[in-house]
Amino acid sequence: MLYIRDLTKIFAPGTPNEHTALDHLDLTLEPGEFVTVIGSNGAGKSTLFSAIGGSFWPDSGSIFLDGKNITYDPEHKRASQIGRLFQDPMKGTAPHMTIEENLALSYSRSQRRGLRMAVCKKDRNFFRESLAEFGMGLEDRMDAKVGLLSGGQRQALTLLMSTIVPPKLLLLDEHTAALDPATAEKVMDITNNIVRKNRLTTLMITHNIQSALTCGSRTIMMDSGKIILDLSGQEREQMTVTGLMELYSAKQHKTLDNDRMLLL
Amino acid sequence: MTLVVGSLQLGFIYGLLAVGVYIAFRILDIPDLSAEGTFTFGLAVSAALTAKGHPLMGVLFGLLAGCLGGAVTGLLQTKLRIHPILAGILTMSGLYSVNLAVMGSSSNISLVGLDTLFRMAFDLFPEVDKELIKLVLSALFCAVLVAVLAIFFKTNVGLCIRATGDNEDMVRASSINVDATKILALAIGNGCIGLSGALLAQYQGFADISSGIGIVAVGLASVIIGERIFGQRGVTWGLVVTVAGSVVYRLIIALALKSNLFPAYFLKIVSAVIVAAALSVPAVKEVLVRRKIKKEGLRNAVHP
Repeated sequence: MLYIRDLTKIFAPGTPNEHTALDHLDLTLEPGEFVTVIGSNGAGKSTLFSAIGGSFWPDSGSIFLDGKNITYDPEHKRASQIGRLFQDPMKGTAPHMTIEENLALSYSRSQRRGLRMAVCKKDRNFFRESLAEFGMGLEDRMDAKVGLLSGGQRQALTLLMSTIVPPKLLLLDEHTAALDPATAEKVMDITNNIVRKNRLTTLMITHNIQSALTCGSRTIMMDSGKIILDLSGQEREQMTVTGLMELYSAKQHKTLDNDRMLLL
Repeated sequence: MTLVVGSLQLGFIYGLLAVGVYIAFRILDIPDLSAEGTFTFGLAVSAALTAKGHPLMGVLFGLLAGCLGGAVTGLLQTKLRIHPILAGILTMSGLYSVNLAVMGSSSNISLVGLDTLFRMAFDLFPEVDKELIKLVLSALFCAVLVAVLAIFFKTNVGLCIRATGDNEDMVRASSINVDATKILALAIGNGCIGLSGALLAQYQGFADISSGIGIVAVGLASVIIGERIFGQRGVTWGLVVTVAGSVVYRLIIALALKSNLFPAYFLKIVSAVIVAAALSVPAVKEVLVRRKIKKEGLRNAVHP
């Protein structure tokens, strides 16, 4: 479904702040695969998501989605096939519009937007049913302004908005990190349900090693713009949180040692 | 009575302008100054066509002229990434020359004795009072425009425009072309402003190149007066209230002029003061509240 080859992005090239965020990265995702991404700050996880989402063009390399080269497609165009959630619950919704209007806006992404009324009765019922599945009581507040919702509610709504027209790829960038533990768990449950129900190809960044191992079917670890570990199948099933942490620091030390060797 | 009727007539005509300003400043959340040019553009086009004997075409093309001006500002802002305020200033400066050209390089056109939209209505209903006809006609334009826009902002495209003013990131993530949406919205807003100018030319029977000076402040004053008196709610409410604000603004101006508080040339500074005063209410309120809290807190402080 997703096919990335030789992806490189260098920020501020030629200056003392030069930073290689993506370093000849290769990644292939099968249809329906749910992959969790871990790695320290600055490893290039979010940069990878931005490159896929189209916030900038890579310096080199290519990104294929469902067999189509999307490397240079404008952001809004590829957004029709890529759902994206951020850590900040404020980012994914329009606060001064109602729940219903927010949903209508994302629901219309699959079609050409014309002068049809944005919310019709059929849509309204569909929205209500979809929201009711969350068990958050949002289905009774369709006319409430989204700005009045809590962070968890907004994130759940954003999740529904990005998947109401099932995308070919779902990008989750630490979407539960800003929520309290109970709410985070709830949103994570909703995420798992939605992904399973629609068999969505998903990439999820997380700093929670536990959920990195329990969610989805594959885990990749990034460091310095490269994928340094790719776990799946039995190897992943037998992996423990401590085991992964040890592996993580071991791999990082190795790269550090390599750097030191270079300096000497 | 004539004062009230006159204020209502002007209030509705300038209400179209206020609605255009409302779309840019409130719905799209973009400070758009092109109104100074597009208002006169609509006025000039309307006057020039009326002088040639086509008052209806004048209104239609006045509206389209406004749309064109707004689209130019939109292009400058989005595709060429010029700061919104500067983009508006560029459009408005450029339009000054265009407007002079439209008016045949004279700074005013008189429509005295010519067929205007209003005169055509007089001929159609000879037994009805002329002031009433003027009032109904201007109110009709306002009502139709507000109704059409209220419905438009509930359609898919309208929703895209509202969301663009609310959260641009989210709009982009919903696969909406933000640039195209902004250009469209600015074209619509300035279309309303052009229409306002077009009607005004035929209403007052002349066009003057300097009609657009300070017009953004007038529009903003109407928007703010409407919001302060009638409160903020949905978009439809906002559109209606903006027109009401425009009428109230005209009443204030008419009363002030009648009582000889100030000469007519003080109009611009009055609208500037109204806008500044209304916008500064929250800041002033906060200072007063804080002062009170500090005073009480110091008085009730438990000393060691």
